[in-house]
Amino acid sequence: MIKRLLGCLFLLILALPAAAAFDVGQLMSDLAKNKGGKARFTEKKYISLLDKPVVSSGEMSYTAPDRLEKRTLVPKVETLLLDKDMLSIEREKQKLSINLANQPEALAFVDSIRGTLSGNRAALEKNYALHLSGNADKWVLTLLPSDQKISTLVLRITVSGSKGLVRSIEYLQADGDRSVLNMEPIELK
Amino acid sequence: MSAAARAFLIWLLAMLAGAVVVWNSHFSADMSFFLPGRPSAAQQVLVDQLKEGVVTRLLMVAIEGGDAAQRAVVSRQLHGRLEKLPEFVSVQNGQAGSLDADRDFLFRHRYLLSPAVKPERFSVDGLRASIANSVDLLASPAGMMIKPLLPRDPTGEMIELLSALNAGAQPNVREGVWASRDGERAMLLIQSAALGSDTDAQEQAIATIRSQFADSTRETGFSDARIVISGPGLFAVKSRETIKSEVSKLSTISTLAIIAVLFFVYRSARLLTLGLLPVASGALAGIVAVSLAYGTVFGITVGFGSALIGEAVDYSIYYFVQSGRLGAAEWRARFWPTIRLGVLTSICGFAALLFSGFPGLAQLGLYSLSGVLTAALVTRFILPALAGNDHPVRDLSHLAAPLKEGIRTLQHLRWPVILLTIAATTVLVIDRHQLWHPNLSALSTVSAEDGAIDMALRADIGAPDSRYMAVITAPDREAALQAAERVGQQLDTLVVQGVIGGYDSPARFLPSQAMQAARRASLPAGDELAARLQLAQADSPLAANKLGAFLDEVAKAKEQGGITRESLNGTGLALAVDSLLMQRPDSWSVLLPLRPPAGDKNAEIRIQPVRTALAGSDALLIDMKSEFDRLYNDYLDEATLLSLAGFAAIVALLAVTLRSARRLGAVLLPLLLAVILIIAGVHLSGEQLHLMHLIGMLLIVAVGSNYALFFDRAGDEHRLDPPTLASMAIANLTTAIGFGTLALSSVPVLHAVGITVGPGAVLALLLSACFSERQGD
Repeated sequence: MIKRLLGCLFLLILALPAAAAFDVGQLMSDLAKNKGGKARFTEKKYISLLDKPVVSSGEMSYTAPDRLEKRTLVPKVETLLLDKDMLSIEREKQKLSINLANQPEALAFVDSIRGTLSGNRAALEKNYALHLSGNADKWVLTLLPSDQKISTLVLRITVSGSKGLVRSIEYLQADGDRSVLNMEPIELK
Repeated sequence: MSAAARAFLIWLLAMLAGAVVVWNSHFSADMSFFLPGRPSAAQQVLVDQLKEGVVTRLLMVAIEGGDAAQRAVVSRQLHGRLEKLPEFVSVQNGQAGSLDADRDFLFRHRYLLSPAVKPERFSVDGLRASIANSVDLLASPAGMMIKPLLPRDPTGEMIELLSALNAGAQPNVREGVWASRDGERAMLLIQSAALGSDTDAQEQAIATIRSQFADSTRETGFSDARIVISGPGLFAVKSRETIKSEVSKLSTISTLAIIAVLFFVYRSARLLTLGLLPVASGALAGIVAVSLAYGTVFGITVGFGSALIGEAVDYSIYYFVQSGRLGAAEWRARFWPTIRLGVLTSICGFAALLFSGFPGLAQLGLYSLSGVLTAALVTRFILPALAGNDHPVRDLSHLAAPLKEGIRTLQHLRWPVILLTIAATTVLVIDRHQLWHPNLSALSTVSAEDGAIDMALRADIGAPDSRYMAVITAPDREAALQAAERVGQQLDTLVVQGVIGGYDSPARFLPSQAMQAARRASLPAGDELAARLQLAQADSPLAANKLGAFLDEVAKAKEQGGITRESLNGTGLALAVDSLLMQRPDSWSVLLPLRPPAGDKNAEIRIQPVRTALAGSDALLIDMKSEFDRLYNDYLDEATLLSLAGFAAIVALLAVTLRSARRLGAVLLPLLLAVILIIAGVHLSGEQLHLMHLIGMLLIVAVGSNYALFFDRAGDEHRLDPPTLASMAIANLTTAIGFGTLALSSVPVLHAVGITVGPGAVLALLLSACFSERQGD
């Protein structure tokens, strides 16, 4: 009996450092080490009005800490560029620039992805409560909006990945529609 | 009745009549001083815009101090207060909800407003393509915005409308209200109900904004907030204040200085009063003449009075000082012809300005001409009778000796003067390309500081400057809107080519009735549309049966009445339409402001392709900046021509009177040297020359000739007697004081004349002395 207890304790002692080693802080520092890269992405939007999801794909590139470019190639060419607080969208002949400092809700939304990519815990915790599960090789970070205004747009953001790489982001919107963005890193030669 | 009494009575009656006219005169300090009296079609647009244009009714307001949240509270508070007042037709601070009415209107009328509404768009293929496009858009980050609209507007008409509206840069937002680029100021854009040209109402509107702001800060307990206002209305109010205060300040300075000189000379209150009589008469006559001829007297014209006083007082000085020992009759015989010739040369100079198309200049000409003429006539015909023969002037012969000594010294300086003039000419020739200020802003009363504030606020708020416009004139509203739609199609091509960034049109919110009818006719009947939708959406993820709302909306649009100007009431779009579509006395005119392509650093449009595209259409293309530059250049060319004509008239007058090339040359040489030296001096002092310096050059000749002529007369008689010499020195001093005072003015028009003619008159006298014949005692 005592042996078993001791054994449990021993196991517990073994397990503790491992559990302590992978927490939000560890994840953030892993993510912060990633200075950028390119990825192929596929995004599926599940919209109740539509009989099947809208699928788009293209390339994304990220340069730490605050430059993110998303080039959609299918179904329509569209470029979204986030540089610091300037968000510009180019589609066909139209170009739209938005200063996110003017749009706190949009900024919070953008910060969910930017904060995750750059491992900026403070930026994330400003607007979201963070829940982490899994281990360093396969983790899932759930962001729950703490601000009423943001939760009218998005109910939950689920980011998953391994080590310092983000593999997918899922947005669950307030109306039940959701979108899933999957990313596949392109190896740099 | 004695001759004196009769003369006095006539003068008194004339003065009383004049006072009545002046009492009833309309005085103005607005831009019309500078606006062309005989505008071309393009200039007329300029004039209309400056007098009534929406841009002139915009006031930009910045709130400073405290933090962003405090400023936002005051901004909302001020917005709420001003919005209720009838003085303001629009108050914008970017707060949420302020555009809801506009958006609702656009959505409600989208099938009559969207340029994409054509029969093809509602065919099976058209529906398939446009709905597929909307579904694709859902994939975009912008998709979240359109998703709620999709069931009612699957063809994306609202997107069509909004994308055409994207009016370039929007102001920054902090705490839900507009802020400056650095975020440190809250910004509001206010449009007054009163016209920009109604300075009284603008003054009132600005005072209201300030007092409402003070109340807002009190109510919100944010005491260290400051307000900065700028805009054309403020400029008008400020320049009126400047002109008003300067008119009284300058007139007071020059009057007091001249009275001091006269008192030193006369030492008699009676002579002083009599001496000022021609001056007062002249000043009054000047205003009367302008008021009767033009209806409105410009403040700047009255400001010119200071110079007039200085010149008009000369005649009574000549009379009192010169006739002292001779008596009136002898004075008339010996001196009056010379004085008369001087008066006539002055009049030639001023009369040249009468022909100017620049109304301010023409007024100055008429004012000075009538003033000088009246002063001379009063001196000649009224003054002797009133003064009688009893006007002992203090003996001034002690002045003669030093003056003569001075003349002798000057006469030794002829070669240095000539060399100096050659040097000055060289400087002017070398710097000839940098001499002139290139545009009309040289004459503007707006201070550099105010100009900088205005630039900063304008950039912060992205206020329109409407430099480029296409202008259409049509007999009625419907024709005007149809023409706007036709020209709009040509402009659309230019937008696609990237020649222009975009344009505004009243037809965007108020399409012509013909266009509305055509769009309504493009909408299929309910059953037909339902059938086509079934076919179109067979393979689409968006099934036709989810688009019932769309069928209802189209059916409603087909039934719904058309858009009229009245249906726009209550939205900000009404204002947009009114500012672009205006009723004239016998026609309608449409303005289509063109925006430069995004990213163009100088915010300029390549004008030639636009001109080519619009050739043969109903539209006249106008670049306000180059129109202004052309206007100024026209003024400058005209002023050059008039100055030369005035100079030629003076030369002709002198030639006919003097009948001697040598004497003519002797009179003109010092004047021309004075002009060259003064202009070089002004240039070297760092001032850029403009139109009024040019006029100043003419006036140096016109006014300076009075002194040169006395030397000519003296040469004739081979002597210059002490009283004549003294009177010339004193008269020259008063003229220099009169014009010189204007040099103190911050109003560029007055300053330029003062800085040239004040020193110029003195130099004309000195140089005339320098080149006068050497004479015995």
